[in-house]
Amino acid sequence: MAIPTSQPISPPSAAERPQPPRRSTVAPAPAPRRSRWSQAQRAWRLHWQLYLLVIVPLAYFVVFKYIPMAFNVIAFKDYSPVLGPWGSEWVGLRNFRQLFENPVFGELLKNTLILAFYLVLASFPVPLLLALALNEIRNGWFKRTVQLVTYAPYFISTVVVVSMTVLVLSPEGIVNDGLGAIGAGPVNFLGEPGFFRHIYVWTDVWQTAGYAAVIYLAALAGIDPALHESAKIDGASRLQRIRHVDLPGIMPTAVVMLILGVGNMMAIGFEKAYLLQNNLNLAQSEIIPTYVYKTGLINADFSMATAVGLFNSVVNLCLLLVVNFAAKRITGNGLWR
Amino acid sequence: MTTTTSVPESRRGRAATTKVREPFGDRVFLIVVRIMLGVALALVLLPLIYIVASSFSSPAAVNAGRVRFWPVEFSLEAYRSVLSNAEVLQGYYNSLIYAVAGTAISVTLTVAIAYPLSRRTFYGRNVLMTLLVFTMLFSGGVIPTYMVVHDLGMLNTRWAMLIPNAIGVWQVIIARTFFANSIPDELYEAAMLDGASEIRTLRSVVLPLSKPLLAVLALMYTIYQWNTYFDALVYLKDADLFPLQIVLRNILLLNTPRTGATDMAQQMHQIQLANVLRYALIVVSSLPVLIIYPFVARHFTKGVLVGAVKG
Repeated sequence: MAIPTSQPISPPSAAERPQPPRRSTVAPAPAPRRSRWSQAQRAWRLHWQLYLLVIVPLAYFVVFKYIPMAFNVIAFKDYSPVLGPWGSEWVGLRNFRQLFENPVFGELLKNTLILAFYLVLASFPVPLLLALALNEIRNGWFKRTVQLVTYAPYFISTVVVVSMTVLVLSPEGIVNDGLGAIGAGPVNFLGEPGFFRHIYVWTDVWQTAGYAAVIYLAALAGIDPALHESAKIDGASRLQRIRHVDLPGIMPTAVVMLILGVGNMMAIGFEKAYLLQNNLNLAQSEIIPTYVYKTGLINADFSMATAVGLFNSVVNLCLLLVVNFAAKRITGNGLWR
Repeated sequence: MTTTTSVPESRRGRAATTKVREPFGDRVFLIVVRIMLGVALALVLLPLIYIVASSFSSPAAVNAGRVRFWPVEFSLEAYRSVLSNAEVLQGYYNSLIYAVAGTAISVTLTVAIAYPLSRRTFYGRNVLMTLLVFTMLFSGGVIPTYMVVHDLGMLNTRWAMLIPNAIGVWQVIIARTFFANSIPDELYEAAMLDGASEIRTLRSVVLPLSKPLLAVLALMYTIYQWNTYFDALVYLKDADLFPLQIVLRNILLLNTPRTGATDMAQQMHQIQLANVLRYALIVVSSLPVLIIYPFVARHFTKGVLVGAVKG
């Protein structure tokens, strides 16, 4: 697109967001006709390619995110593939009533919530501690090694992490080997329902703590060194400086991480739960996402599965809003203003 | 932000000495910190070492549970058997295709939407951003998305692995923050004065300055593609389309019996081999990402990620 050279290059229309006036001194715009409309036209003429760029990604979001949202109507219908999501017959809240009356539902919800809360609670403090500890020691091979190694599991796939867990905890594995050495009998970790949650949560911490610590470390690096200097001069010990300088300094980041953690709570990994599941631990390992998968894609009950999924999404959204509200009230930091 | 507690003036005199040598309490504290970090290091590293050590041991030693943190009766049999397994090779090949093509598509689309979103001259960017962020808060769900993929005729094709999760909102936010913070307005004005169109500006001015961002995006999407198995589980039926992760799951977790031997001793050996093969498979499948990550990890810490968290 050729820009007419006679046209003065002046700041884009004021019809846009409020912004500091940029160098509008370049050339005073032809004063008379500067209505909102003509400004919008100018912006379009100069920047139409930006809109061109957006078309395909926007189509992606509409097709793969917003149309599925609309397809959630089948939760209120008796879905038949022949009639399609719009033609199927309305059944009101029948699917939800069936779901809430199903004795499985209580178990499902309980398993999901306990697992999710346990995961958020366990995976919040560990990276924080790791980052604070790493921040205390001087740069050197030890620090670099710890960082590089603890970060690495983040890049290993869920399938591999679960397989490793199975191998390490199997009756012939190294953990039972160690238990045998101190006289404890072999424990069938994967067959006992009671172990499922601990395995799920602590392998997750194992996998993500190093990665999350990197974010805290960067926040720690952003703390004004003058604060540490003056604390030192005032005679604060290292522990006191962590308590009074580091912690307040990374609090905003920590709050955001916690909100994100809670926000993803109900989106709790299908992958891992499904992989760790076996007939023996089903009593605790059956959670909403695995149930949705089995109901919808294995038993092909689309309406019921969508109802469960929709219920899950709504609970998740509410949780996120509540936590964000509480965080804003308590600390003044939230995800958005 | 709370300020540090003030300490009486008289204690300030000690500052000079603390500079040279840490007080006793702090030295003890540092030792405790180092021990803690050492424990963390061991907890992460030991399972990995155990897996690697087992993969290089003989099948018999692994089955007898004799391997700890060093190979016993060093053997490459497991690797030989992994690398001659047709399923694994096909999975590897498929995963490579998905990783390369998926990353190219994803990075292109992410930049295409993040760049306009970063420009102040883009009318309606707040509306668009809200539309995107909303999909993070409320998702359509597995089944409705499956229905869309089905209606588009993508089921059981390679496209199902590449398109339905092509753009991550998180990645868009990272990219937008990067563009907004690291490309000064003067550059846009200069490009405009030189008569460059928006796309030309993106190609010749912005992208050459955004290599760290592109590296991070590429790494994130590559790892996603390499590690995901949910999409494949839901959308793919044909074994020749399966990515490595599905093959891994079948071999590692579903205990597919794969012996064809009739002889008793041979059968025993086959079972043992199938067992040790898992360790080698874990190593072989995780190696590519673990090799590239230290090179790109540098960029992660260089503020790209953190800028996004703050923004």
